[in-house]
Amino acid sequence: MRKHYSVPIGKAVRHVAKLRGGGSALPGLVIEKIDPDFVRRTLEQLPGGVVIVTGSNGKTTTTKMVVELLESQGLNVFTNRTGSNFSRGVAAALLGEINAKGKLSADIAVLELDEAHGVHFADVIRPDYVLLLNVMRDQLDRFGEVDTIATLLGKIAGQAKKGIVYNRDDPRLRALSFPDEAGISVASFGASTELQSLFPSDDDLHGSKAKSQTAAAHKNDVCLEKLSGQKALISFEDKKFPVDLKISGAYNILNSVAAIALVRLVMKDKLDQAAMLERLQTITPAFGRGERFTVHGQPLEIVLVKNPAGFRLSLASFPAKNHHTMIAINDNYADGRDMSWLWDVDFTSLKQSGVAIVSGMRAYDMALRLQYDEVMLSDVNLQLAKALKSFIKNHPDSPKRIFCTYTAMLAIRRELGKITKVERAL
Amino acid sequence: MSGSIDILHLYPRDMNIYGDLGNILVLKRRLEWHGYDVNVIGYNPGDAFPVHADIIVGGGGQDSGQDIVAGDLHAIGPRLQKLAAGGTPMLMICGLYQLLGKFFKTQDGHVIKGIGLLDIQTYAGPERLIGNTIVESPEFGQIIGYENHSGQTFLGEGMTPLGSVVRGAGNNGQDGLEGARYHNVIGSYLHGSLLPKNPAIADFLIEQAVTRKYGEFTPTVIDDAFALEARKIAAKRPR
Repeated sequence: MRKHYSVPIGKAVRHVAKLRGGGSALPGLVIEKIDPDFVRRTLEQLPGGVVIVTGSNGKTTTTKMVVELLESQGLNVFTNRTGSNFSRGVAAALLGEINAKGKLSADIAVLELDEAHGVHFADVIRPDYVLLLNVMRDQLDRFGEVDTIATLLGKIAGQAKKGIVYNRDDPRLRALSFPDEAGISVASFGASTELQSLFPSDDDLHGSKAKSQTAAAHKNDVCLEKLSGQKALISFEDKKFPVDLKISGAYNILNSVAAIALVRLVMKDKLDQAAMLERLQTITPAFGRGERFTVHGQPLEIVLVKNPAGFRLSLASFPAKNHHTMIAINDNYADGRDMSWLWDVDFTSLKQSGVAIVSGMRAYDMALRLQYDEVMLSDVNLQLAKALKSFIKNHPDSPKRIFCTYTAMLAIRRELGKITKVERAL
Repeated sequence: MSGSIDILHLYPRDMNIYGDLGNILVLKRRLEWHGYDVNVIGYNPGDAFPVHADIIVGGGGQDSGQDIVAGDLHAIGPRLQKLAAGGTPMLMICGLYQLLGKFFKTQDGHVIKGIGLLDIQTYAGPERLIGNTIVESPEFGQIIGYENHSGQTFLGEGMTPLGSVVRGAGNNGQDGLEGARYHNVIGSYLHGSLLPKNPAIADFLIEQAVTRKYGEFTPTVIDDAFALEARKIAAKRPR
């Protein structure tokens, strides 16, 4: 009985929440309460099944890529585009897509889920495919330990019915044992030995040789062979494909290699390789992940940083040269409350150019961190809107870049929306 | 007066979680700013224990890291005991703080022996104690940090705590105490990292090390304005 009512009620709550300018959690919560089986029932209708993308860094970017590449194969794809990677976000996104009878018109679902929610989700709704990106220290105040995160990812992969794709450069993912069953294919992706220095891991920071020693010893199913700016050479099936991308940043580009590995697994012999590679070259960054805006004729980039490994990767991927830099650090729940992570990032690459301004609730923690790396800092302003304004005003004639935590990124995008064209995230 | 100070970093490869690297960096830079050359020595399991160390620093780790270093720590335990008794300043955070104690008893009753340098006992607790923490110390004033641990530590009789908890859980969430003090050894659960926002503790370790080696210590004035502001804000943030 209750399922006949849950869809219209959920849709109504979503509509009201949208009018109020709210997020996706409330309607998701309502539908979970009145119809807990809603998500499973709706997703089970899909002929192509469910794909879960998870890991510490790059979920949103990779999910966007997988969706677009599958679309290039003629599939109609459902995804939780809002970046709310909790089960509740999936429920809310479904409410927006289904018709009044609860029918979802899609061939396949590609869902971004965080490590902890992914485990619960995969318990209830077994995914057909799972893509594991990496394990890095991220929000330890929520998850406890890095090894715990690896265990969570292993559990999610263990639920896959058809295939698993994993980053073989990641020592903790390499150490997982995947189900060895007929019908479950396992594929790996990674970067060539010569590119390893672009992907500093937590272990590298502390002098472990584990990664570099083993990286050379294996061959990935899909591999990032060479990289120069936005031009990359990607190999699979013993062939090398040069591509010219719209996305920048080495780790964003490695995410596209992960996406190719997954799409190959899903499409199998039906894969239209040319269409996939053509589409790959048109994909733009996900919101806040190296996203570029034009402000008063000059480019301004926003780079989301969530954890030490991600921040180090971002500094390596986006060199400071010829740019003015702003850093915005918040400590809301979604950002992580603990500032310890800033001390695991090496900021000496900013020494040459200096930092124009730091902002956010924890601006002074960031200023303190720069002081100990002896990086010149010109200004501190806790108010994001004011800091952004003065950053733009003081550097009118040069490219600008802002490294920011999650909630700082949302606030900065909102402010930018007042002065330039910003695509709506929700 | 100037000279050279050796900082010994215990187990950087296996006990390095939660940004405790910040403690090493702060000691190194402040020493440099005070006019000293600094040599940081990383000591990992199986390495030859250095002949000389002026300051010894250890951090927190994952359970797996703790298992790896526990055996080695027993091998170097007597040397650490002797150095501590002789006044060598040490800062031991979280995991190594626990292992410097008598034992750690896990959830299933398994006992991991520590080296007994500190008279403390640790028991695995039912929940992780996590959040912004403020401690009042008679020596260092208000200490600002961030805790994230499941072990609950109890001081033995006659063991001095680092301070009393003003906000947060501290050693065990029950007796209102945080950390332990013994000669020039400081044990604590506080990350954040601890030293950047608590320059008084950093300068205590530095002063002890330099005075022991060179007989006197003349500090320069370091601008701690950012640390001061960061402390004020951290004290007001939600747990």
